[in-house]
Amino acid sequence: MTTAVETIRDEPLTIGGRTFQSRLMVGTGKYRDMDTMAHAIEASGAEVVTVAVRRVNLDRSKESSVLHFLDPKRFFLLANTAGCYTAADAMRYARLAREAGFNDFIKLEVIGDEETLLPDVAGLLEAAKVLVQEGFKVLAYTNEDLVTALRLEDVGCAAVMPLASPIGSGLGLLNPFSVRTIKRRLHVPVIVDAGVGTASDACVTMEQGVDGILMNTAIAAAQDPVAMAHAMRLATIAGRAAYLAGRMPRREVAMPSSPTKGMLD
Amino acid sequence: MDVVINGEHKEIRGGTLLEVLAELELDPRAVVVEHNRKIVRRPALNEVAVASGDAIEVVHFVGGG
Repeated sequence: MTTAVETIRDEPLTIGGRTFQSRLMVGTGKYRDMDTMAHAIEASGAEVVTVAVRRVNLDRSKESSVLHFLDPKRFFLLANTAGCYTAADAMRYARLAREAGFNDFIKLEVIGDEETLLPDVAGLLEAAKVLVQEGFKVLAYTNEDLVTALRLEDVGCAAVMPLASPIGSGLGLLNPFSVRTIKRRLHVPVIVDAGVGTASDACVTMEQGVDGILMNTAIAAAQDPVAMAHAMRLATIAGRAAYLAGRMPRREVAMPSSPTKGMLD
Repeated sequence: MDVVINGEHKEIRGGTLLEVLAELELDPRAVVVEHNRKIVRRPALNEVAVASGDAIEVVHFVGGG
């Protein structure tokens, strides 16, 4: 299938000194099996894949590691601090992740509320500051609040990751204005993380001009994850292309597309 | 000796952390080890001796978003 991507003039995405061709990043969680995960990630075209740090299952360690199914030479592993509710816990997980030896990037999450999984911005800023000082490239998962995003940039985050809507909700981009404002005001890359449900959500998100998008559940929980991963790849490219193309102005009234002159009497 | 590995009490022969990993049939290149809340880097695994009552965490990467 041709997708006409060759007609897009775009810069590659650079985060923390690393350059990526794909603006779609994907998670590796919640797949029904690891084979489906591997195929879906392939179909997504993503280079950056997120992983979580967890205890080894002492009875069956080999099967439980995601690296058994993903080649760390082909994909850029972005470890997260998912499940951490304090700055101290998030820093502990980040340090463990770095010790795995792949890179010094961390997708920093400090969760503040169990029901919504919304971030604890005070804890997030505290952890981000320390981790940046320790040499981490911090990609901070945050809400769509401009001031928090600015503070995260101030403390040295390599990228800021506002949510589209709560993690795993599939509600799509709830606040395009705020995400657009964050993108307009920040200098570091803005990657929308969480909340995308289907391809149109990814497309609309990319049309806001953000630098990239990270998703997991929208692909993993689709009826056909591999097909959805392909759709997300196209939608991300389409949304980016539309943003670069520059949309027409909105009008409240119609304007004919065909000439009004030359009509018959 | 009795140690706590990944939150569970376990009876092990002991020795260095590297020897404990071998006893648990874990590949040291595929895991990261925390010993009494301190990360032990891979080259140092054979320099740290495990004592009774120690807390050891052995982690790796799993699927996540």
